[in-house]
Amino acid sequence: MTLTEWLLDPNPKSRAQSRAGQAWLQWLRFRRNPLAMLGLFITVALVLLALFAPWLAPYDPTAQELANRLQPPLTTGHLMGTDDFGRDILSRVLWGSRTTLYIVGLVIVTAPVAGLIIGTVAGYFGGWVDAVLMRITDIFLAFPKLILALALVAVLGKGMENAVLAIALTSWPPYARVARAETLTVRNSDYIAATLLQGASSARIIWGHIMPMCLPSVIIRVTLDMAGIILTAAGLGFLGLGVQPPDAEWGVMISAGRKFLFEQWWVATMPGLAIFTVSLGFNLMGDGLRDVLDPKGAR
Amino acid sequence: MAETPSPPAVRFLTQTGKTLFSLALTFLGLLVVTFIIARVVPVDPVTAILGERATGAQIAEMRARLGLDDPLWQQFGIYLWDVVHGDLGTSIRTRDPVLAEVGRYFPATLELSTLATIIGVLIGVPAGVLAATRPGSIFDQVTRLFGLIGYSMPVFWLGLMGLLLFYGHLGWVGGPGRLDSAYDMMFDFKVPAVTHMILIDTALAGEWAMWRNAVSHIVLPAGILAWLSMAYISRMTRSFMMNEMGQEYITTARVKGMPERRVIWVHGLRNTMVPLITVIALSYAYLLEGAVLTETIFAWPGIGRYITDALLIGDMPAVLGGTIVVGCVYIGLNMVSDILYRLADPRAR
Repeated sequence: MTLTEWLLDPNPKSRAQSRAGQAWLQWLRFRRNPLAMLGLFITVALVLLALFAPWLAPYDPTAQELANRLQPPLTTGHLMGTDDFGRDILSRVLWGSRTTLYIVGLVIVTAPVAGLIIGTVAGYFGGWVDAVLMRITDIFLAFPKLILALALVAVLGKGMENAVLAIALTSWPPYARVARAETLTVRNSDYIAATLLQGASSARIIWGHIMPMCLPSVIIRVTLDMAGIILTAAGLGFLGLGVQPPDAEWGVMISAGRKFLFEQWWVATMPGLAIFTVSLGFNLMGDGLRDVLDPKGAR
Repeated sequence: MAETPSPPAVRFLTQTGKTLFSLALTFLGLLVVTFIIARVVPVDPVTAILGERATGAQIAEMRARLGLDDPLWQQFGIYLWDVVHGDLGTSIRTRDPVLAEVGRYFPATLELSTLATIIGVLIGVPAGVLAATRPGSIFDQVTRLFGLIGYSMPVFWLGLMGLLLFYGHLGWVGGPGRLDSAYDMMFDFKVPAVTHMILIDTALAGEWAMWRNAVSHIVLPAGILAWLSMAYISRMTRSFMMNEMGQEYITTARVKGMPERRVIWVHGLRNTMVPLITVIALSYAYLLEGAVLTETIFAWPGIGRYITDALLIGDMPAVLGGTIVVGCVYIGLNMVSDILYRLADPRAR
């Protein structure tokens, strides 16, 4: 039996086999969408570039060479040119991908988890728990996101960790909404009642039987939100509130290039292209993933 | 609860009452959050006002005057009372009341985002409708791609690139700011500030040369924000319209021999208007806040720039006052869209 036959077996022998088969079918559908594949390619490329940045970057991202400042792109040795301190822009863009990935990674392991817990608890218990939690969610939703993040950074102080915290604190409410909506659709199912009759605790039901049902919708939201997280982080960096110079971060680099935009256009253009490419990649991948995973689309 | 169904008007009013109640709660929550932020901020308000060299007695007196020694709930009560009466505190930087300052800055943001929303709706809705009626066509693909690019663009970078191309190289539009500096100096003498919106004020004063100059300055930032709002509006219009075109009443209309144009633009679009109201209000609210970065790039004296400038020098009353105002506008827009939604959709009444 080949692997494909095993995957597509109409009578799977185990749960793992059926799950793998499902995932295989979804992958086949995802593969048919060229734009989604482009998005996946960009994302994989970002991860690889970030991983191997120290070996790929031709120069130290913070090494200054004042004799060679503001060289245009395609100068020998400097593919993207140099900035006002004579630092190689290509190296800084490559190292910046690490910062970007780090911020996105930290936000997507915190905000969705918080939203998932709050949403499932609110949806499962209902009553006043639901009322209180959802009211808090609404309050956070009523805040303009970027402005709340700005105010939080003002309180917490500038820097990357605080920028991450501020972005995470402003991006959990939509996840809570999604998780609650999914919880409400399964809460009264027979299988939940059966687990309850077997004596399972609320925590066990939420953790083992409700959260897995909410995961697909939350994951779709996460992939669609990743682009937004990058843009917000870069925006905070641009305003001077996120990552601090001389660390290589794309928003900070754009902000530094702003001073001589009209004379040395490449300094601000190159990091912006990087942000745009990565965020487009995330958006394309998220779109494709939604088409594949969205329960409404599939059924 | 009631055995006999209450008349629609009564139900509308009770629904609106419920909405208002939940809005009041949200507003209260907004104030709690800003209050907490103001209390945990590392900038000490007393030192901010008196400076580093104040004596112990002066500090104690100022603490008492600011009410910092009262219990927290009492401080919050006073804060709430002040905010409800329009007192958002005094800016540390300028020593002016924050509300008055926000009143001067906000119209610039309002002007920019309103213009952007109008452009976004005028292009986004027809584009979405056309894309929905020809799914999979070249037009559909192009609209989708154009929207995706808009979603993925860092708005501050787009602004810089726009300035580089259209102002630096082509010279088609005005640069940063609301007017050329020559007009800027004349502005205060020649144009009475009626609405603080430059296009309206200059038009009212009959200063058409100045008006044209203002237009050349607003076109680029408004166009960039319009791209963002168009990306969202056209995408949502397309999905609502696809949904509507599959309905049976559309088939009925076609079978009756109604011209396809009428089926699409009158029957289909009319029914998508209901959810579209919410989408447009959301994108409008998003632009009001999303203008922060655009205003920084274009030196636009709006609320976003007011907040970020205050933030960078630690002027917390101004930051929080601005945040409250933007939050209120946000809440208000949500309420208006909620009410419009109920008025437009008979099923929701």
